[in-house]
Amino acid sequence: MILRLVIGSLLARMLTVGMTILAIALSVALFLGVEKVRTGAKASFADTISGTDLIVGARSGSVQLLLYSVFRIGNATNNVTWQSYQDIAQRPEVDWIVPISLGDSHKQFRVMGTSVEFFERYKYRRDRGLAVSDGALMTDLFDAVIGADVAAALNYEVGSPIVVAHGIASFTEHKDQPFRVSGILEKTGTPVDRTVIVSLEAIEAIHVDWKSGAQAPGAPTPTEVIRQMDLQPQAVTAALVGVNSPLQTFALQRAINEYREEPLLAVLPGVALQELWGIVGIAETALLVVSAMVVVTALIGMMATIFSSLNERRREMAIYRAMGAKPSTILGLLVFEATVTSALGALLGLCLLYLGLFLSRPVVDKAFGLWLPLEAPSAHEGWVLLGVVVAGAIVSLAPAYRAYRLSLADGMIVRM
Amino acid sequence: MLLGESGSGKSTLLSMICGTVLAESGQVSVDGQDLGAVSSGARDRYRVEKIGMIFQQFNLLPFGSVLDNVMLPLGFAPERRGRAGHAPSTAKDLCLALGLPEEVISAKAATLSVGQQQRVAVARALIGQPPIVIADEPTSALDAGSQQAFLDLLFEQVRAFGTTLLMVSHDPGMASRFDRVLHMQDIAVITRPNQ
Repeated sequence: MILRLVIGSLLARMLTVGMTILAIALSVALFLGVEKVRTGAKASFADTISGTDLIVGARSGSVQLLLYSVFRIGNATNNVTWQSYQDIAQRPEVDWIVPISLGDSHKQFRVMGTSVEFFERYKYRRDRGLAVSDGALMTDLFDAVIGADVAAALNYEVGSPIVVAHGIASFTEHKDQPFRVSGILEKTGTPVDRTVIVSLEAIEAIHVDWKSGAQAPGAPTPTEVIRQMDLQPQAVTAALVGVNSPLQTFALQRAINEYREEPLLAVLPGVALQELWGIVGIAETALLVVSAMVVVTALIGMMATIFSSLNERRREMAIYRAMGAKPSTILGLLVFEATVTSALGALLGLCLLYLGLFLSRPVVDKAFGLWLPLEAPSAHEGWVLLGVVVAGAIVSLAPAYRAYRLSLADGMIVRM
Repeated sequence: MLLGESGSGKSTLLSMICGTVLAESGQVSVDGQDLGAVSSGARDRYRVEKIGMIFQQFNLLPFGSVLDNVMLPLGFAPERRGRAGHAPSTAKDLCLALGLPEEVISAKAATLSVGQQQRVAVARALIGQPPIVIADEPTSALDAGSQQAFLDLLFEQVRAFGTTLLMVSHDPGMASRFDRVLHMQDIAVITRPNQ
């Protein structure tokens, strides 16, 4: 009966209580949403490259190597000579090796020279491989395969011509050797989407007339002549390596790092990704803190609402007192009300979160390549929700204590 | 009956009898119980077990149903709950005896007229047969015609239950209906703190 009256009292103040519940719900949904995006982004980030055991490049930092070889951010300080590349490729531990040659660009996108094996070996989200959504892989020397974002941003389709610019953000172009789009890759949510992929030989071919970063004077070599030339590259930027057995990864890594002919660096992609996430993670923590502040704000809002409702509810308290309720019962009633309010807010917030996830998931996946899993609330989220309810009960102690004092002073006769 | 002008200390005396205000000196004894000698929890318990309370107005929790309002004291008073038997039907019988229409009984208290609300308050004061009913100017919110009808019902029920009625009023016109009439100015001296 008391419970029925408490619920009746809450219903009678439906508007203010409803707004409080809504505020708590929105803040909880925001907090859990940020948490979801955060873990989703982290997983997505860690899933950028998988299946590769080692990334090899010129000696620099592991994060830098990861950034330029996988994320196409920044530049290599040095190259790996073809001789070193061959030495590594011939080591017994190596199952497969894919060369990567970077340095040129097309519009705002990087151009990457590699072998056809790249399309088979590059994996993301554990075991997903690259697939061509339109056209085919490179068959001709001047064929290019472009990522989904490149195609979308530049409105390219199969057969579109591409002129590669020398260097990054440069005005000199390899206009004597234009490429043709032979295939467009499916969206992956990885940096591959923003990459123009050509063959390693093609990278050599467009640099035939170039000496130390500038085009040699005189007539350009005709493409027919280039096709006849030996286009064995002198160097590559980096290489992705797969080993025969995971146990050999560390032995191979040490062998490469101690390679005598040239300073090289081999990193485990997972370790380097962790290191990189450690740097990026600060922003993510800041976001989480801000959304936690929003939850706190909503709870303080509830406290303010209870405070302001006390005056109009003094009559109610007096009736309870006249009917034998102890002042501590009044305190308990208010705390119970606040607990119910914040529990409803937390539950509604959870519903809003799942509704939001359900609606935004395809859009987010398409736009950012971020896959947000739609799964039952984790134990962690359960603790968050419980925390909100307990915090709601705790903040209500202040107004409840005031009600306690008021009802002690008022007794049954309200002195307004 | 306790007669007195407003400001004559009636409310304070009632609060002391009900045990929500303690006497600074002297002794308040109700039904042989010295209220100053027991804990505040025991006084809260005593209040609901021994006293049915009727206010001038705003007696009811407006969001509760009439039945829930009538049964409210039983939630805090095990002895009264025991005497009330099956609480919902007892509450309903009381309401009917006080002339409340049947369809009103399940309605929300806020939808009732003032006269009906006062009668619900009587039912609430009487449920579980407390030995004392205290009514603090229960008719002041009613018009003259309803006042008489209300008092008739109140007396009828109080008599049926064998309950002591302590009523506070400033209207000497009703004094003839009571066994005993006390004037506040005869029994109390008001001293106010100097400004």
